[in-house]
Amino acid sequence: MASTYSQIMAEKSSIFDMIGPVMIGPSSSHTAGVVRIARAALKLLGDIPEEAEITFYNSFARTYEGHSSDRAVIGGLMDFKTDDKRIKNSLDLAGEFGLSYKFKSVGNASTMHPNTIRLVLKKGEKQIEVLGESKGGGIINIAEVNGFKADFTANLHTLIIFADDVKGSIAFIANILAHDECNIATMSVSRKGKNDLACQVIEMDSGIKGVTLAYLESLSWVKQIIYIPDIDK
Amino acid sequence: MSFLFESFADWKKHAEEKNISLHEVVLEYEREQKGRNKEQIMEGLARAWEVMKDAVHTGLTEEMTSRSGMINNGAKKVYNYPTPVLSKEFQNLISRALAAKEVNSCMGRVVAAPTAGASGIMPGVLVTLQEIHKIDDQKILEAMLLAAGIALIMEQRASISGAVGGCQAETGTAAAMGSGAIVYCLGGNTDQIFNAVAITVQCMLGLVCDPVAGLVEIPCVVRNASAAAIANSSAQIGLANVSSVIPVDEVIEAMGEIGASMETRYKETALGGLAATKTGQAIAKRVLIRDIEILPDEKS
Repeated sequence: MASTYSQIMAEKSSIFDMIGPVMIGPSSSHTAGVVRIARAALKLLGDIPEEAEITFYNSFARTYEGHSSDRAVIGGLMDFKTDDKRIKNSLDLAGEFGLSYKFKSVGNASTMHPNTIRLVLKKGEKQIEVLGESKGGGIINIAEVNGFKADFTANLHTLIIFADDVKGSIAFIANILAHDECNIATMSVSRKGKNDLACQVIEMDSGIKGVTLAYLESLSWVKQIIYIPDIDK
Repeated sequence: MSFLFESFADWKKHAEEKNISLHEVVLEYEREQKGRNKEQIMEGLARAWEVMKDAVHTGLTEEMTSRSGMINNGAKKVYNYPTPVLSKEFQNLISRALAAKEVNSCMGRVVAAPTAGASGIMPGVLVTLQEIHKIDDQKILEAMLLAAGIALIMEQRASISGAVGGCQAETGTAAAMGSGAIVYCLGGNTDQIFNAVAITVQCMLGLVCDPVAGLVEIPCVVRNASAAAIANSSAQIGLANVSSVIPVDEVIEAMGEIGASMETRYKETALGGLAATKTGQAIAKRVLIRDIEILPDEKS
């Protein structure tokens, strides 16, 4: 469903999605998009992982090696950008970065986007699970974080808040952001169950002040905040 | 409120109402939607243009053999062959499109335009256009803005991803971008540009994405050359005020419809077409050496 996939995209593309990114070949969806998914996952974990388990789904499952998606994902996890010439040798460099990895394939996950990748990353006590979709031209959607629905493009400034499912929390946070002059572009909320842990994903047009972030983190019902300014910088 | 690139008809209307040219509408979009100023935008395009020219140069001068060996310095052979089929210019066009795309297949640096699988088309078209017609860099950058606008609409109304819409979505969009750019640089008006885009897409409709062994090599590299040729043939037709008859927006709708109904095996899965041929499968067996654990299908 070509038109459906593009029409549900949360954010309008940039002209530099059409002429760009400048990238290492061979495939914008299988190389550059995968680098960006891995970079988003890296920012979510907060550090280069020690262990990474990567599952390729659908179109990716059969072609990830041929399109060098394996080198792309490992390069992204080591904080390489899409145009970094080291991507070509990322599998050889992983040892130097203390990263051990494992690849898996699932050929036909019919409910998922054609180009989907799941990353389970570990660093010390920290672990994160990310489901990313590569939509063509290097454009991505982070569909899930730790099992919560997320749906963000990582093109903007993204705030992910894990918090207790308390009444008024969404309005409260939106209000705080408004006071910080942050315009909310998209927002999604999902939760495990009623009064259980909820996940708010907020994409903003501009960055958030450190002091605002610290305040949000200090709230008793806020369990964890992850702030991703811009994955391409 | 900036124009959001949902149709060619509205693009034309918006430009006429504001009395600005098509590429200025694209500039306005990027400024308002993405908060970039004109200087940043033109710098970004200039960088992309440099990378495109570098890719052409690299592909024509450096060793270009892919991991699989299927890509083996083809661009240089074409560039240096003593007999031009039509003219030296045509030979240059074809070899430049091949060259930039070979760089891509060999894990070198390219500009996805709109995708990496189609990254040879705009460089081949623009470098050759600039050389023949002495187009200055400023005009080339304006043509790139215009091309980006074309792709924005095609992304929304059809697709620019081979995995979603087949090869037509990637090389078809790139050829449409190239064709529009040519007509713009040669002084064509909005109708001439849109006719060239529509005719280009008409020529690219239905093309499936069937890469041998899943690699962006065969037939991707040669399709970059043919798409560059179609961009030029359609520009020649559009520039002469020949109508596409089916308006460009409807042609793009057709592309979306064809992409949506295309079977999965023709969408970059390496399961159909050339990938499924006897030789294609033998190559896949040879080049994809690592054992891949294929898990049972997940229940939906």
